[in-house]
Amino acid sequence: MDCGDEVSWQMQNQNLNYGGTEARRKLILGVFASPWFVRLLLWLAPILFLLSFFFFPLSKILALTFDPATFTSPNNLQIINHALLFTFYQATLSTILTFALGIPSAVLFSRFDFRGKSLLRALTAVPFMLPTVVVAAAFNSLFNQNGLFSFLIPNHLIPNSSFIILHSAFPLILTAHVFYNTTIVIRIVGNALSRLDPKLEAAARSLGADNFHAWKNITLPLLCPALLSAALLVFMFDFTSFGVILLLGGGSVSTLEVEIYLRVLKLPNLPLAALLSIVQLIFTILFSILYTRTINQVTAQTAPGFSLARKPKTLQEKTFVTTLCILLSAFFILPLLSLPLRSLTRLEADRGQRGEVQYGFTADYYKELFINRRGSLFYVPPIQAAANSLGYASVTVFLSLALGYPAAYALARPTRLEKFLDPLIMLPLGSSAVMLGLGFIISFGRALASPFFVPIAHTLVALPFVIRTLQPALASIPERLRQAASTLGASPFRVWQTVDFPIIARATLSAATFAFTVSLGEFGATLLLTRPEYPTIPIAIQRFLSQPGGLNFGQAMAMATLLMLLTTLAILAIEKLRLSNSGEF
Amino acid sequence: MLEVRNIIKAYEGKPLLRGISFSVSQGETICLLGASGSGKSTLLRMIAGLENPESGHFLFNQIDLAQTPPHLRDFGLVFQDYGLFPHLNIFDNVAFGLKMKGFNHEGHKGHKGSSKDEINRRVAEMLALVNLTGFESRKVPDLSGGEQQRVALARALAPSPRLLMFDEPLGALDKSLKDDLLNQIRNILHQTKIPAIYVTHDQDEAFTIADRILLLHNGEIIRDGAPDEVWNNPNSIHAARMLGMGNIVEGRTQKAEGGKWKVESRIGRLEITCKHNHSVGEQVSLLVRQSDGGDEIKLAVEDVLFNRGQFQVKTESGLVIHMKNAPQVGEMILVRVKVECLA
Repeated sequence: MDCGDEVSWQMQNQNLNYGGTEARRKLILGVFASPWFVRLLLWLAPILFLLSFFFFPLSKILALTFDPATFTSPNNLQIINHALLFTFYQATLSTILTFALGIPSAVLFSRFDFRGKSLLRALTAVPFMLPTVVVAAAFNSLFNQNGLFSFLIPNHLIPNSSFIILHSAFPLILTAHVFYNTTIVIRIVGNALSRLDPKLEAAARSLGADNFHAWKNITLPLLCPALLSAALLVFMFDFTSFGVILLLGGGSVSTLEVEIYLRVLKLPNLPLAALLSIVQLIFTILFSILYTRTINQVTAQTAPGFSLARKPKTLQEKTFVTTLCILLSAFFILPLLSLPLRSLTRLEADRGQRGEVQYGFTADYYKELFINRRGSLFYVPPIQAAANSLGYASVTVFLSLALGYPAAYALARPTRLEKFLDPLIMLPLGSSAVMLGLGFIISFGRALASPFFVPIAHTLVALPFVIRTLQPALASIPERLRQAASTLGASPFRVWQTVDFPIIARATLSAATFAFTVSLGEFGATLLLTRPEYPTIPIAIQRFLSQPGGLNFGQAMAMATLLMLLTTLAILAIEKLRLSNSGEF
Repeated sequence: MLEVRNIIKAYEGKPLLRGISFSVSQGETICLLGASGSGKSTLLRMIAGLENPESGHFLFNQIDLAQTPPHLRDFGLVFQDYGLFPHLNIFDNVAFGLKMKGFNHEGHKGHKGSSKDEINRRVAEMLALVNLTGFESRKVPDLSGGEQQRVALARALAPSPRLLMFDEPLGALDKSLKDDLLNQIRNILHQTKIPAIYVTHDQDEAFTIADRILLLHNGEIIRDGAPDEVWNNPNSIHAARMLGMGNIVEGRTQKAEGGKWKVESRIGRLEITCKHNHSVGEQVSLLVRQSDGGDEIKLAVEDVLFNRGQFQVKTESGLVIHMKNAPQVGEMILVRVKVECLA
């Protein structure tokens, strides 16, 4: 539906009425109304935005690395080498552990029916949507030396338990990665498992294949694309993980991403940071390409058309289902529950406090959020961070919708050139947030005093989500419905109001909530860009966590709890919108 | 060869098969005819060893199969939606059983798996048998339904199974393709002399392919016999209904005269020979079939429609009669029928 066509058709009509004298006017208006000009207008804003805030900083980063001194320095090479090796090492370990929990869970959800199945499944998906700071804070609330775990299981019960807790940064990071990404394995591998026709295995068995050969020759090759793409996606997320590693590792371990952050803020060496981020970008692009290829093979398989899930029958199956259900519930509920619990309990002395510690429930940590204490890093009360976050999030919502709409509108019925533009728009999603921050610092160094750069960075991250939400909705508006409405006597405005608007409104709300959630939880870029006087909730949590004392820790827990609640509400809203959407069409 | 003894099986707590017994001998094709959900497929899966019965035995050449895992039974299985391996090409699908046979015999003395040449030869032979020569390197999704089913047949035949089982193999195909494939399967089964069990709910298929027909109803085999026997003497209402014989009328016995009963029904007073022991005034079901040598009855025409070369006449009594010439609606016609007592 090219409105340009319609307009130029009207122009022609007018031209017939007014005669040849209007020829010049027709020519000028024709240019403005032609389809390609309309399309150019649609693309103008999003492309300008991406050029100035993504590709320009990217080119600056690239330019910075083109100094031979940077990539020949043995010191730099050693740092890159070390960070790269450690990144691969932790991502590989995390992926293996995620599969160790994810594969049995995928089998559980695709092959068995049990009470509370959909609830448990939803529960496993919750962490994926939570901000990294919330997950890090939740794990701290449980396993930190001030955490519930060390309080509930005192030192004398398990010898060396304090040793485990204090020196558990690396295992804790791995556990948090499993916590985050298990849902990916459940989704991708579980879907493939439920699509796997059991008849094929039966056919193999009747053709003389024993269990092992049926598995090796039939089941495994059919599941292979799903296993591979799940592994790639999990590996990619672990590879680029930043907040979890920084907040749980406390700088003791350093991946590429953390190293970039350190070389920007702690031990400034911008050329090295630039080089590190280019290395990181090359790997993420590589993984993305591999992932896109394998995931396409996954969707090519056919479904058997019925559910393979059934109630567990044998004792073995019942044991499997029960054990895994308990394990999954504990693993996913405990951190999420312990965070709000810890934010309401006093377990240790506040900083500077003497005498007996008063254990018990307290609302102090929440009250403190509204008080600006002397000696605090803030010039403003901590609750101001929440106000800042909401402000940034609103600007992000506005910006990403304003930029996402025209792009999604054009991409709903793309020309060949626009299909080529599509992956370019998605590119910011593949590059790390820390790198976005670094790019801003290099490119706009002096201008960074403006608090406006934070929502711009957030918009870069949110824009792909927004476009991906709006585009299918805009493309789905059925032309036949419009035609039906107009043959039934609806005016063009009524058609828009009754057909287009309800669909667009829902998608817009969903996209806005997405942008809002992304902005609320964004950590990497914000950490590099934020001014001390304008902290966001995640930054405040990070600052509280890096300060000693019970009050700081408690306030971190309180803020993380607030953020978790806000995000959960937003997730629920998105799910609700999506559900009612699918119910209607 | 195959002997099925008193198989009992429940599905989700409800009895599905209650004491199934039959046997299949060398070169014989038996057809198990039953409604969908009657447990036909479950029976096949149990014979293949993919499921276990609650009680009962399967014997092959007098040897109990209970301890034989599916992959060592040498029974071929052909599914309704083919069950071809989507990630393998046609050659590898057909060769699958031959390769597996190689693995299973590796451990035995004097046995060696088929060589590559042997496998190539056998696959070519099988594809020729089902008229798919040259399809070796094609991919499964590129084939039509009929072609896929022929590949499935070739794949099941390739390792020379001791028994072939068909689970509604033509259910997903259209009529003309069905007839064509049915004849191919029949010819192949006659050539190879492999005993076969063919499961279907379609009586046309059953009568085309079977040497013997078994009617499965309510978890039991209610009729077992050669196609013509079964057709001529269904012996029960259920059997008659399953065979699509719609002309069943209720009647009441009046009196016996010299081994014959006189029965009053809505199509008049009929005389039947019957082996059942009836008492006077008992309700009986009668199967009415058109027959030139039968008794004459009078029927009122309600509706006439042309179908497959003749006229299908619906009468006011509910009977459906076939005639060469169309009668007028409302006309009374005389029809010669044979009447059997079903019970």
